[in-house]
This record gives sequence, C-alpha cells and structure tokens, in this order.
Amino acid sequence: MNTSDERYGARTSGPGDGPAGRSPGHQPPPWYRGRGHPTSEGPSAGVALGDAPAGPLVRPYTMTRGRTRPSTGPRLDLVTIVVTARDLKERDREPEQEAIVRLCHRPISVAEISARLDIPLTVVRVLLGDLLADGDVRTRATMTQLPEKKVLQAVLDGIRRL
Amino acid sequence: MASADSETRPQEAIPQAVKIIIAGGFGAGKTTLVASVSEITPLSTEEVMTEASYGVDDIGGVEHKTTTTVALDFGRITINHDIVLYLFGTPGQNRFWFMWDELAEGALGAVVLADTRRLDTCFHAVDFFERRGVPFVVAVNRFEGSTVYREEEVREALDVSAEVPIVLADARERESCKEVLVELVTHVIRGRDPVMSG
Ligand SMILES: Nc1nc2c(ncn2[C@@H]2O[C@H](COP(=O)(O)OP(=O)(O)OP(=O)(O)O)[C@@H](O)[C@H]2O)c(=O)[nH]1
Ligand SMILES: [Mg+2]
Repeated sequence: MNTSDERYGARTSGPGDGPAGRSPGHQPPPWYRGRGHPTSEGPSAGVALGDAPAGPLVRPYTMTRGRTRPSTGPRLDLVTIVVTARDLKERDREPEQEAIVRLCHRPISVAEISARLDIPLTVVRVLLGDLLADGDVRTRATMTQLPEKKVLQAVLDGIRRL
Repeated sequence: MASADSETRPQEAIPQAVKIIIAGGFGAGKTTLVASVSEITPLSTEEVMTEASYGVDDIGGVEHKTTTTVALDFGRITINHDIVLYLFGTPGQNRFWFMWDELAEGALGAVVLADTRRLDTCFHAVDFFERRGVPFVVAVNRFEGSTVYREEEVREALDVSAEVPIVLADARERESCKEVLVELVTHVIRGRDPVMSG
C-alpha cells in the first residue's frame, strides 16, 4: 500500500527542490503564518468551547410549547438512533409526532428525522423526548467514547467494501 | 416509569451509529466528499435560533437579536446490520462552535480538508480537533490552478505532528474519498492500539 509520502512523491520532486514548473526562488507559501496566530480563528482565538450555546436561545416554535430541550430522558445526540415501538398505542399525537412515529418504523438517526421532516433539531429533540416518555419510540444511546476496536475494524472493512 | 430502553417484549435490535466529521474551510469540498461516499443524497438538518448578542463597538451594551440558521450536511453509510456510519460536514461559518462541540462528541475521527488556495481556512479545524483530542487526518484537496505544495510544507504550515497522516485527495472521486476514510480509520485504530500497528 502506498504511503502518503509516496503519493506526494509522485507529484513533487526531491527535498529542497521545488516541483517542476515552479519558479526557482520558491517562496514560503503565502498562507504560512502558523496556527495559533492571533488572526487564526477558532477556540484559540479566545472563544471558549461551549460559549455559544450558553447564551439565551429563543426558538420561535410553538409545537414544543416553548420548550427548548426535552424535559427528561436520555440524551438525544445527532446520531442517536430512534425506532418506533412495536407495540405502538393508539392515541392523540401532534401531527409532527405522528410524522416521526411513521418515519421511525425503520431505525433512523435524530439528524435524519430532522432533515427528512424539515423540523429543526431542537424541536425534534423535544418532540422525541415526549415520545420516549410515552413509550412510543425507543432509542439506542450513542457513544460518548471512542468505539470499541471491533467496531472500528468493521467500519474500516465496510469503507473498503464500498 | 419504564425506561425507553426497557425490553418488556422482544423488540428489534437498534443499530449503533458512529460518526466521522468532515471539516475544512469554506468551499473546501466537504459536501462533495460526503456526496461521493454516501449511500443517500446528502441531507441537511437545520438549527434555528435567535441569540442575544452585543455589538462589537457597543459599549453601552445594547442587546441585539439575531436569528441564525446553522445547516449541517450529512450522509450515511450502512456498514452492516448493526453499525451505521454518518459523515457530517461542519457548518460553513466558524462562529457556530457549539455545533462543532456537538459534532465532536463521540466522533470516531475527523477529516480536515485543506484547500491549498487558502490553507489558513482550515487552521481552526486543526486547532479544534487537537484540543478536543479527536483523531484526524488532513486531506489536501487540490483545485485546478492551485500551487503544488510538498507534504512537509503543508505539515509545517498546519503545524501538525508527524503521526497525523496527510494525503492528497479529490473530493469528487469516490475512490479517493474512500482512501481518505480508510486512512482515517486506520489512524484511529493505530492510535488506539499502537502495538498492533505495522
Ligand atoms: N478541483 C476540485 N474541485 C472540487 C473538489 N472538491 C470540491 N470541488 C468543487 O468545489 C466547489 C465547492 O465544493 P463543496 O463540496 O460545496 O464545498 P464545501 O466545503 O461543502 O463548501 P461550504 O459548505 O460552502 O463551506 C464545488 O464546485 C465542487 O465541485 C476537488 O477535490 N477538486
Ligand atoms: Mg457544504
């Protein structure tokens, strides 16, 4: 298997030598100024992680009755997989909840529910919180740690098979 | 109250999801990469919010309300009956750091797409993943007419350690994107279990 060096090597000439076609007095790349430079954006520029969401967030949605996060229940990550309960009870649900229950007959992630139903994530989370509390859907908790070795290996094999 | 996970009767197994983040500057090819390998047409999910903010030159502290929409592109690859992989592109605007936090949480790793026309646009992504301890690879996305830089030049400019793989990529080519992802997952496994690496 090629290393990244070899792949690079195919496109450039030896060390110290600029690649063919480049002017002899090759200057350092114009963008070189190093990361962590004051002009570099991002957390190093003084934006503490988690700063943004702490601000007062007001979502203009009535279908959640003004709530911006689920009242109880498990954490609903972007990739928490949701599936409708097999023993789904007949009852009155909000149209959006009904749509979720219909969509989740096959397991599907929170992000995908949001995208397919065109409902913002925050709202989906609140609606799911209610559905979970009522036993209408089930979820599989997502990993907050790095996946196990065998999962990583399966992912690697899966990508190779694509 | 019964917990959502309680198994009162046989239920079908729920697959586990893993996610990979595709980061990089504006127009670096994030969505293109996701589209090249995803089994579904990339989807977009939105977060809408009104945030209270203060004007930069506003010493009086008068509050302004801004409504912002953050869009996240993502695609899916079903690995097997029990594992599904999601690829998320980072939001275009850098100020949505809370979205990055959410993305990084539990992520398997990240691909930083480096656009050599404006390499500095990916500095923040590199900073972020280093700080969060998210393993990443750098994929140099070469656009027509852009200067060719040697790997060492890119490595030096990004100031990433020698273990971080830097590979050339074309986000429009499925095979190239697969190679990038293979490189990333291999790197993650290597970092996990250094003894096993060849
Ligand atoms: N030459 C070349 N062009 C590319 C490559 N990847 C993407 N492009 C083109 O660059 C443009 C931007 O690509 P996108 O995938 O939309 O970039 P992005 O990072 O998602 O952009 P934003 O979400 O707006 O930040 C498109 O016209 C792509 O066709 C590449 O590897 N090589
Ligand atoms: Mg995009």
